[in-house]
Amino acid sequence: MRISIWSTPILVVIAILITFAITAVPILLAGANPIEAYIAFVITPLTSPFTLLEVLVSATPILFTGAAVAIAFRAGYWNIGAEGQLLLGAIAAAGIGTVVGGLPPLVALPLMVVGGALAGAAWALPPALLRVRFGIDEVVTTLLLNPVALLLVNGLLHGPWRDPVTGFPESPRINASAEFPALIERSRLHFGFLLALVVIAVAGYVLGRTPTGLRLRAAGLSPQGARFAGINISRTLLGAALVSGAIAGIAGVSEVAGIQNRLTGGLSPGYGYTGIVVATLGTLTMPGVTLAALFIGDLTVGASSAARSLGIPSQLGAVVQGVLLLTTVALLALRRNRFRRTEGADTPSATGDVAPEAAPG
Amino acid sequence: MTFLVDLLAATLRNATPLVYGTVGETYAERSGILNLGIEGTMYAGAFAGFVTAWATGSPLLGLGAAIAVGLGAGAVMALMTVTFGANQHVSGIGLTIALIGLSEFTNRLIFAGGELQRIEPMPTVNPFGELGGIGAIFDQYGLTWVAFLVVVPAAWWLLQRSSFGLEVRAVGENPEAADAAGVNVVRTRYLALMLGGALMAIGGAFITLALLGSFTLDIIAGRGWVCVALVIFGRWRIGRGVIGALIFSLVFSLQFRLRILPGFGELPFELLLALPYLVVIGALALSGRNVAYPGAYLKPYRRS
Repeated sequence: MRISIWSTPILVVIAILITFAITAVPILLAGANPIEAYIAFVITPLTSPFTLLEVLVSATPILFTGAAVAIAFRAGYWNIGAEGQLLLGAIAAAGIGTVVGGLPPLVALPLMVVGGALAGAAWALPPALLRVRFGIDEVVTTLLLNPVALLLVNGLLHGPWRDPVTGFPESPRINASAEFPALIERSRLHFGFLLALVVIAVAGYVLGRTPTGLRLRAAGLSPQGARFAGINISRTLLGAALVSGAIAGIAGVSEVAGIQNRLTGGLSPGYGYTGIVVATLGTLTMPGVTLAALFIGDLTVGASSAARSLGIPSQLGAVVQGVLLLTTVALLALRRNRFRRTEGADTPSATGDVAPEAAPG
Repeated sequence: MTFLVDLLAATLRNATPLVYGTVGETYAERSGILNLGIEGTMYAGAFAGFVTAWATGSPLLGLGAAIAVGLGAGAVMALMTVTFGANQHVSGIGLTIALIGLSEFTNRLIFAGGELQRIEPMPTVNPFGELGGIGAIFDQYGLTWVAFLVVVPAAWWLLQRSSFGLEVRAVGENPEAADAAGVNVVRTRYLALMLGGALMAIGGAFITLALLGSFTLDIIAGRGWVCVALVIFGRWRIGRGVIGALIFSLVFSLQFRLRILPGFGELPFELLLALPYLVVIGALALSGRNVAYPGAYLKPYRRS
């Protein structure tokens, strides 16, 4: 394959550079030097063992949600509800985690992971059913269930699950046997990170090497074509939606069992939405999602330390994420148009470019 | 009686941002573009409106700033989806993340986490004040009057009766045919998105400039997403979308008042807060079966 500036890795790097050029404006407004700021965002977190581990900790939930979103998008199912599915997984983990005291971790942990996955999938089910049965746009229904999930969390925390000891709106601490073990002593890096890598490896294998994965990708590239090829689109979409919800649910388990050890209202600062950034930046491939999650994790750690050292509000992290999403998807579209003009074919989605054709209805 | 008057007044008040947002989103979608940037556009409108009114002391300047931000947000969405032909879902989510991030970033820069700043909220206008009890229903903010008496009829007329509206509907239904008939598809979609963005931003600014007189984080709280649902519920008709907004707002205002009644007080109020969202999803499930989406919905247009 010839190297061109349109090859995916170079394209993504260009997107990052354009993003940094655009976000230099708010950095200048904050009275800081953009070059210094970007060094603080990207390089500084990689220079000490402690911050390096924190990068992996930050990457853990968005590895899950990025994979969840990528799987759904590849099938042409626009699951924007990873945030709510994550919260349902967290609720399940906090619930199961408090009642498994007598069980050894080898039993308790799988119970929590499976419970969280089922809860996430259950939250993803109604929009998926409405889509495949009645043709109702899943974008709106998955989106609207996000605030509902957050209200459910808050309802539990202000009601039946309020901590009986402290009275804080936090659920009781989960049993020690339900906590994810630390991977490295005295660090916050936990078993969830390993689990995320396993999930991503399995998802990558299934997507790339199995008939199931082929059906899923075919449904996303061209629903009509896939239907003619005898693929059951409804079943494929339903499967993709449920797997996506399940993986997002495990993200919630991982945050409860690995970091918070209880359900809290601020459990997720939007990991479900960041999953969309990660999936797009990773061009919907599992290796891409892995790199993108690590990069966003790096930026997140960098943004919070730059807030202290350079006085740049840490909310800049969100600005960078949003602009990065816009530049990436714009460059991917420009590449698609370019191929269409030069080759007259509708093909470049082999790299997992988001297909615009998969409209509902 | 006072309960009912109070409820209806609150329904009109709470429906106002939804009406602006729903009409704005209708323009975007009728031109063929799903604008998920609505949540961020309303948020940025709410913030820009507040901060300008706070700095200048003029709510009208605040409203102007919100409109400018809305036009800009619509233009960015158009650049992404019309000029570049980028995926509409992802572009919209990106725009929302960027605009909310930028608003919170600027909020932090200006107010540095200090105490909550307030402005004098816009006054209410009540031409029926002498009616007494029932007249209180009409004790509404100027922007609410404008929404129902000016924006809704004007937006309906513009979309259904004017040549611009015909062009918007044409490029949303069949851009190839519209192009062949001499309609400038790119220009029309830009205008529809910018007009829609301005309306969304006014809806957001209504919350800070009139309803609250202050800006707090998470101020839109999913209202933009509700508008996207209302557009589908209304099947891309302005009148039906507005009726949807009124129903949603009625449920929203009702749950707020149910909390203080005996019996309902036992329920966690979050469950009641979730009710309006569930009602919208239920309404979509009942009314949204196999609806006819605009013909060119989600499809970028390229001359071939």
